Amino acid sequence: MSEKTTDDYILRVEDIHKTYGDKEVLKGVSFNVRKGDTIVFIGPSGTGKSTLLRCINQLTVPDSGRVWLHDEEVTNSGRKINRFRQKIGMVFQNFYLFDHLTAIKNVEIALLKVKGMSPEAAREKALCELRQVGMEEYADHYPAELSGGQAQRVSIARALAMEPDVILFDEPTSALDPELTREVLEVMKKLALEGMTMLVVTHEMGFARSVATEIVFMESGVIQETGTPAEVFGEGGGFERIRSFMGQIGDLSGD
Amino acid sequence: MEIDLFSVITEWLPYLLGGVVVTVGLVASALIIGACLGLPMAIGQVYGSRPVKYVIGLYVWFFRGLPVLVLLFMFYFTIFPLLDPNIDAFVVGAVVLGLRGAAYQSQIFRGAIQSISEGQMTAARSLGMSRVMAIRTIIIPQAVRIALPGWSNEYPNILTDSAICYAIGVAELLTRTSQIVAQTYITMPIYLLCALMFILLNLAGMRVIAYLEKRVAIPGFSGGSHTGIV
Repeated sequence: MSEKTTDDYILRVEDIHKTYGDKEVLKGVSFNVRKGDTIVFIGPSGTGKSTLLRCINQLTVPDSGRVWLHDEEVTNSGRKINRFRQKIGMVFQNFYLFDHLTAIKNVEIALLKVKGMSPEAAREKALCELRQVGMEEYADHYPAELSGGQAQRVSIARALAMEPDVILFDEPTSALDPELTREVLEVMKKLALEGMTMLVVTHEMGFARSVATEIVFMESGVIQETGTPAEVFGEGGGFERIRSFMGQIGDLSGD
Repeated sequence: MEIDLFSVITEWLPYLLGGVVVTVGLVASALIIGACLGLPMAIGQVYGSRPVKYVIGLYVWFFRGLPVLVLLFMFYFTIFPLLDPNIDAFVVGAVVLGLRGAAYQSQIFRGAIQSISEGQMTAARSLGMSRVMAIRTIIIPQAVRIALPGWSNEYPNILTDSAICYAIGVAELLTRTSQIVAQTYITMPIYLLCALMFILLNLAGMRVIAYLEKRVAIPGFSGGSHTGIV
């Protein structure tokens, strides 16, 4: 991502710092995202990956640093932040579906309340997005009636419905069993292939390898190494830290 | 002298039933006032600024800290006469029970709001909702459902408390019962009749609440099972 000109970056993150109490979680993180990129963030737990994602849509306000979506600054945008968040979707580890609403209403509600769409248009759009993630037939189920994988697919549909420029995935499969993980990863893979711009924090190395345009390894609040899957998983030198990290989680998961 | 209990009762029953109507009016007004003030107070206590929280805390402390009778006399003899010397005792009774109920209801709703996971607000904000919109469309509909079982205590509380309005002369069930006793010199049967009316009102109200709970129930979220005599 270094050789091209800056004007085809849709998202720019500059020198983000965040401290909780006396623990500095992010120590100056910068990177750029081009349209259609799938950037996968890996690294040990507690190294600020999730905090970084939340700093992008300002769910967590960074102490310093800036975020730009196209040519507009997302940080320090005051009330305009609600407009930016429509353009920056987010998918959470624990789904966070609205518990009192059916699957389709979960997808509809922001279309109605935030985008001001008509009930018919919102319903049609919501159904279309549920179809995208293979959840159309569960449209009238409540979150408590869905498996984790199904709930996560609905939450992806909810993010997609807003037609965001980029979607942030914060450990989307960490709360799921392996077989449920697969159905969610398949949906994400499809999105990536269709050209959705995605930032993904995950421990799923298979996903990183097959889908990422770029793998970012974070440790201790900074980006330690960055490379394409071919570089990281290939024969060449470098990337010792990523490889030793992948060795560790490989040992843990037994493959 | 032989007293024909049956004819006495049939003679006075319409008057007593009039008392039932007044009691229902008193309780309904108090519950509505309590909910209309209690829910916003709960929201203020959870999401408000420090001064807002402080003022609401003070309100709750005041209205929960004083006996109903003291509140009633205070409002009937000192506060309301300043506004209108000919104030109707019914209005004072309804307002005092309502203001006091608001203090209790606010805490029921506050507990419900605080039991909702932080993620609900986070997800709403991530979709571009403002805080106010998220509270209105996501938090309140959930909080009200969660609050219902606890809230159902409010009805029998207010119903039984309403009899204390006897003390300021509201023509409710107990007041009329006492008047009938004074007229007829029949005590036990008349008081039993009064008690029966209260019990029937209680059962009817609890039924309505149980129905409401079922009506707004959401699979796996609220209204799973309802236990009790009604």
